[in-house]
Amino acid sequence: MNWRGVWAIYKFEMHRFRRTLWTGLAVPVITTSLYFVVFGSAIGGRMTEIGGVPYGAFIVPGLMMLSLFTESIFNGSFGIHMPRFTGTIYEILSAPLSAFETVLGYVGAAATKGLTVALVILATAHLFVPLTIEHPVLMLLYLALVALTFCMFGFIIGVWAKGFEQLQVIPLLIVTPLTFLGGAFYSIDMLPPTWRQITLFNPVVYLINGFRWTFFGTADVAFGTALVATFAFALACLAGIWWIFRTGYRLKA
Amino acid sequence: MNEPILSIRGLRKAYKSGTEALKAVDLDIHRGEIFALLGPNGAGKTTLISIVCGIVTATDGVVLVDGRNWRDDYRHARTRIGLVPQELTTDAFEPVLNTVSFSRELFGKPKNSAYVEQILRDLTLWDKRHTIMKELSGGMKRRVMIAKALAHEPDILFLDEPTAGVDVELRKDMWALVRRLRERGVTIILTTHYIEEAEEMADRVGIIRLGELILVEEKNALMQKLGRKELHLELAEPLTAVPAVLDEWDLKLNDGGTHLTYTFDGKAERTGIPSLLAAMRDLGIGFKDLETKTSSLEDIFVDLIHGGRIA
Ligand SMILES: Nc1ncnc2c1ncn2[C@@H]1O[C@H](COP(=O)(O)OP(=O)(O)O)[C@@H](O)[C@H]1O
Ligand SMILES: [Mg+2]
Repeated sequence: MNWRGVWAIYKFEMHRFRRTLWTGLAVPVITTSLYFVVFGSAIGGRMTEIGGVPYGAFIVPGLMMLSLFTESIFNGSFGIHMPRFTGTIYEILSAPLSAFETVLGYVGAAATKGLTVALVILATAHLFVPLTIEHPVLMLLYLALVALTFCMFGFIIGVWAKGFEQLQVIPLLIVTPLTFLGGAFYSIDMLPPTWRQITLFNPVVYLINGFRWTFFGTADVAFGTALVATFAFALACLAGIWWIFRTGYRLKA
Repeated sequence: MNEPILSIRGLRKAYKSGTEALKAVDLDIHRGEIFALLGPNGAGKTTLISIVCGIVTATDGVVLVDGRNWRDDYRHARTRIGLVPQELTTDAFEPVLNTVSFSRELFGKPKNSAYVEQILRDLTLWDKRHTIMKELSGGMKRRVMIAKALAHEPDILFLDEPTAGVDVELRKDMWALVRRLRERGVTIILTTHYIEEAEEMADRVGIIRLGELILVEEKNALMQKLGRKELHLELAEPLTAVPAVLDEWDLKLNDGGTHLTYTFDGKAERTGIPSLLAAMRDLGIGFKDLETKTSSLEDIFVDLIHGGRIA
């Protein structure tokens, strides 16, 4: 293992985040506060409880997941897209690094950033609503798993994208809508039966509900099912990355 | 050790676009030499280097670094090789010292501030070590790219068109550096389409055209083997025109009629010089001085590319 090389990429990426540290952290704090002002006070007043959980607390896992998805995809894709765009990727490709080591550096850094943002949101939310987390260790592990998965997904997008515009396409047109429709801010049990059936095809439902279960011990789908779905997505991303490095797809001519 | 440090066998590259950039190239690079790969734009120089360095995938063929396959043993190969690519590509916001240290770490080498400082000083970058890349001039960026390539102490260095768009001063510095590196035992492969560069620097020259290595030769041998020669005559009295009797020698009159130049094939059995001098004596044209010169490698190159003396 070329651990020094992995560490070099990791530090390089973290350094990039540090340059925009304050905006990077102010954004989730402000957004979370806004959600609480709008949803928590305005709507929450009318929807007091969902499945025994106060509405303010109920939306916290969804909020964390929404940000974690966007952050992870953005950082995971930007990290590898930038050197492709500027041409500095020549150095990564010519270094004595395996595919695993390269991905570990980029995805590790992006996941660190994503996790930090998610935890900042949790802390901010805690200022607005009382929260007790039923399975804190599982919560952190699950958060890390989702972060890694979406950073890998981001990495794939970063390799696939032909320009910065395309980096935005998938997060904006697919992931965010699926998150909003996936029960980030409501329980899918509140939907009419047909809609509920359709919603179950949305993979994000499982991610959010798995995460919500670690908070409250209850959710719309069983934790085991959620875990299987999450691992399936993680494996699909791993396979995608393996294929990219095997074929050199858009990395090597 | 006489085994080549780098051995390229049957290397082929067809890009997806269909371009056949390399057609089964064989090439051995000797330990410690400076090898110039000379060829016009689009000949396949960058492609060749990129394949050796792992940036482009070969369609066919192998590269051996010290006898070890460069794909199976990629860690070994890549640790030994440093690359200065043709294009200036840098991380705009990174300070010089960081970006050079990054390169060293990326290649798995432990921190060595003294060594990095030495490289930066050699390349007159030390005073700029805290400057971020985008604030550097093109020439300075080029120096940083060389520093990055040297950061992990490679013993094979590729320089892809190192002096394209570079000012005279940097070019001189660069050649001085290349010579110092060679003294330390680093093998250097550079590409260029400036012939003077190959002529000045290289021990051996390879000429590549349309993806084919058409000639590999010791530079001096190449000069002799293919060299056309010129006879320069400084005349006693200026001429206004070359007399018609001398037409068969195809002479050129220069410097206001004071010099005559006769170009001939240095290898030929009959150079035509004695008969020319006899004819001139008959005409009463005297000369004060005469010298013969080997024409530059540039002429050889132009010959090869256009005339195809070897094809
Ligand atoms: N990434 C690429 N995709 C398709 N064709 C390429 C690519 N890179 C180079 N080529 C083509 O391959 C040939 C050799 O190019 P190159 O190796 O860059 O030559 P040189 O460095 O000698 O100028 C050229 O015809 C060039 O257009
Ligand atoms: Mg080139």
